[in-house]
Amino acid sequence: MATRKRKSSRQRGRLIVVEGIDGSGKSTQIQLLRKWLEARGVKVVFTEWNSSALVREATKRGKKKNLLTPTTFSLLHATDFADRLTYDIIPYLKAGISVLADRYVYTAFARDIARGVDPRWVRDLYAFATKPDAAFYFKVPIDVAVKRILGARAKIKFYEAGMDLGMSNDPVEAFRLFQGRVLDEYDQLSGEYGFKVIDGTRSIDAQQRQVRDIVRRLYDGAAAA
Amino acid sequence: MTPAAKSSMRKRFFGHGIPYTDATGLEGALITIEGTDGVGRSTQVASLKQWLEVQGYGVIETGWTRSELMSETILAAKAGHSLNRLTFSLMYATDFADRLEKIVIPALRSGFVVLADRYVFTAFARSVVRGADPQWIRNVFGFALVPDMTLYLQIDADALLPRILQSRKIDFWEAGMDMHLGTDLYESARKYQWRLIREYNRMARQYGFISVDATLPADEIQARIRSKVSALLEERRLQTLTDNIESLRPLLFEETAPAVARDVARDVAREAETAKTDRDAAEPRPEREPTGDLPIVDPDKTRSTAPSDS
Repeated sequence: MATRKRKSSRQRGRLIVVEGIDGSGKSTQIQLLRKWLEARGVKVVFTEWNSSALVREATKRGKKKNLLTPTTFSLLHATDFADRLTYDIIPYLKAGISVLADRYVYTAFARDIARGVDPRWVRDLYAFATKPDAAFYFKVPIDVAVKRILGARAKIKFYEAGMDLGMSNDPVEAFRLFQGRVLDEYDQLSGEYGFKVIDGTRSIDAQQRQVRDIVRRLYDGAAAA
Repeated sequence: MTPAAKSSMRKRFFGHGIPYTDATGLEGALITIEGTDGVGRSTQVASLKQWLEVQGYGVIETGWTRSELMSETILAAKAGHSLNRLTFSLMYATDFADRLEKIVIPALRSGFVVLADRYVFTAFARSVVRGADPQWIRNVFGFALVPDMTLYLQIDADALLPRILQSRKIDFWEAGMDMHLGTDLYESARKYQWRLIREYNRMARQYGFISVDATLPADEIQARIRSKVSALLEERRLQTLTDNIESLRPLLFEETAPAVARDVARDVAREAETAKTDRDAAEPRPEREPTGDLPIVDPDKTRSTAPSDS
């Protein structure tokens, strides 16, 4: 029994998540991490926020027709997350495959609280979530994020700018205001959940080296790495 | 009468509530009808709505999984059988929140009587029998308003199933087939409904439901429901009048107040006095049929009983 238990704990996949506001560079970093892990022979899968088929139609319709309130916005994302947790995350971890998640429950905490839901309510809502082995937070000042987003795709999305809250009719200004609030929430969460904070204004390779150093330790002593 | 309605007309939330929503000024009454599948809720709601409207109340009806945002998605997900306990609960919560914020709260703010066919308790029962943490599902629905009254159509599983089968088939979900309790539909339904009903009964005590025996004839059930609802609405009317008097009292004695305001204040005071006398006279017989002038008519007599809800 004891042997079996040790074996299964060694084989369990690692859950590694990245967090940060839009334009923080977290998606670039997680893709580089994936390349490295795969090159080292670690079995990994990747999952993205808000991507399950279950509520895709409802979310699309809700956004398009502007039906969403902060509460329904939050609940739809929780449903999406629960579906992905069930099908895309937990089975892989149990099979010894590591899961890289671009955004995790902290995204919901930060955004939904910035939208005005109760901070305790949204934490309770996600009480079923598996605790990640590492949560990286890519911290950038709001101006850097805005510059990166405008440079890359020249268009800011309605909900990313929190325009449903009506803080400003100018997308760039709304983005600045809303993501500024999200940033404040992330700073709150950082201590509470022990984020590994990465300075997102440093060079891409310098950040990646820092990330890999931390991830390497997660696999120390395990057969996989 | 729930203690909350007695002490104050102010609405409360079950948990942390909706911080960006003002819960004051929700003058209408929120009445919910609970009970398991096929117990006859819809028939009773339709009949109650008709009766209230004849009396002059504005009534808005809302029912489980009927939201603009989620109803199609829930139907599709149920057809695909890909739901698990978590997503099942969360989709219901999303549907519920959409109806609460878009229909229930605005209607209450405008003074309507809101009749909810199923409420959070259905979600609690379904989640808990599927193994969810009872506290978790209650936290999830912490944004819901506490109803002014919850009517509970009570039945046991052995009486329920023959009753459903007389009008239609038992469906996959109301037999709890997702719980893998067995391959025999009837036996699975019996076990599942027995567990659900046990959960409802437990909540009936915890939350102070008004239980009505669902094996009684439909018009007898309706008479009991009307008597309870009538008492609630009367109590609320008195409370409103009392509140109005309090706010108008200064005008009654204020010489400089405009004459028209003094008249309004005097009328309200008179109406409250009459209402109070009427109620005191009725006090020894609180269970009386309150309409007097209207026979109980069931607008849905021709419809088959209890359509299945999703």
